[in-house]
Amino acid sequence: MGIVSVLVIASAYIIPIVILIVVIHGMYKKVDIYDEFVVGAEDGMKTVASIVPTLIGLMMAVGILRASGFLDMLANLLGDYTDKIGLPAPLLPLLLVRLFSSSAATGLTLDLFEEFGTDSYIGLIASITTSATETVFFTISVYAIAAKVTKTKWTLAGSLMATLAGIVASVVIAAIMSM
Amino acid sequence: MLNYLWGFMIVVGVVYGMLTGNIQAVADGAIESAKDAVALCITMLGVMSLWTGLMQVADKSGLIASCTKKLAPFMKWMFPNVPPEDEAMKHMTTNVISNILGLGWAATPAGLRSMRSLSHLNKGSDTASNEMCTFLVLNVSSLQLIPMNMIAYRSQYGSANPTAILVPAIIATSISTLVGIIFAKIMSKVYP
Repeated sequence: MGIVSVLVIASAYIIPIVILIVVIHGMYKKVDIYDEFVVGAEDGMKTVASIVPTLIGLMMAVGILRASGFLDMLANLLGDYTDKIGLPAPLLPLLLVRLFSSSAATGLTLDLFEEFGTDSYIGLIASITTSATETVFFTISVYAIAAKVTKTKWTLAGSLMATLAGIVASVVIAAIMSM
Repeated sequence: MLNYLWGFMIVVGVVYGMLTGNIQAVADGAIESAKDAVALCITMLGVMSLWTGLMQVADKSGLIASCTKKLAPFMKWMFPNVPPEDEAMKHMTTNVISNILGLGWAATPAGLRSMRSLSHLNKGSDTASNEMCTFLVLNVSSLQLIPMNMIAYRSQYGSANPTAILVPAIIATSISTLVGIIFAKIMSKVYP
C-alpha cells in the first residue's frame, strides 16, 4: 500500500500547488490578481453557458440509446467473435459505452470489478483501457461545436483508431500480466 | 457528421426501444439525461470558472508564456501551420499541460478556447482544419500520465495491488496517443 498512499497524497497536492504557483507568480509579477481572476472567471461562465445546449442534446441522445438496450444487444452479438481473440464478452458493453459517456463507463467498470475482481483478466483490461483514452463522441462534439465546425473530416477515424490501439494494447498487457 | 450521428442515436434508440418494449425506459432516459446535463453544467460553471480565472492570472503574469516556450518544440512539430505567437498555441499548450497533470477541469476550457482560436485561423470555416483534427485526436487519445481515479476505484474494490496498472496504463495511453499522432501526421500529409 506504500505506493498507493504516496500517489493519493501526491494527487491531493497537485491542485493546491498549481493554485499556489499561479497566485505567487502573479503577486511576484505585480498582477492585479483578484481583478484578473474575476475577469477570467466571467469568461469561464460564458464558455459553459455556450456549451449547455450541446450537452443537453448530446446527453439526451446518449440516454435514449443506452436506455433502449441497443448497446447491450450489440455487445452480446459481438461478444461471440471477440471472445475468440482474447477480448471477453463482458467487456464489450463497457468499451461501447465508453465511446459516449465516461460517467456511465465508470459505473460499468465498477460492476465488472464487483463481478470478476479488480485483478482478474477482465478487471485488468477494464482498468487499463479506461485509462488509455477519453470519451470519443463527447469530446469531439463539445469541441467541434466550440469551433462551429460541422465537417470534422478525419477526426472521428483518428480518434477511433487511437481508441482501438489503446484497447489492443490493454488486452496484450493484461494477457502478459495474467500469465 | 454530428447531425447524422445525433439522428442515428435517437432513431436507433427509439425504434429499438419500441421493438423490445423498453419504451418507458427510453422516455425516462431522455428526460433524466437532459436533467443530468444541466446538473453537470452547474458543476462545470463553478469548477471551470475557477480554472479560467486562475488561467487569466497565469496569462497576465507571463506564467503561461514561459510554459508555452518550454513546450514549443513539441507543439511546433505537432502544429506546423499555427504561428508560434498565436493565441491558439498558448491555449493548446495550457490544454496539453493540464491534461498531462490530470487536471481535466482545467483542460476543457483551454481546449474550447484553442478550438475557437483555431477556428479564427481557419477563417471561421465550417470544415475543420487539419490542426483542429490533430488537436482533437490528441485530446481523445488521453495524455494523463497517472490514472488516479482508476487507482482509487481499484483500491476501493479490494485490489491486492491497486497501482499494478500504473505502468501498463502509461504504456497503453502512450501507444494510443502515438497511433493518434501518426494517423494525424499521415492524414495531414495526404489531405493538406
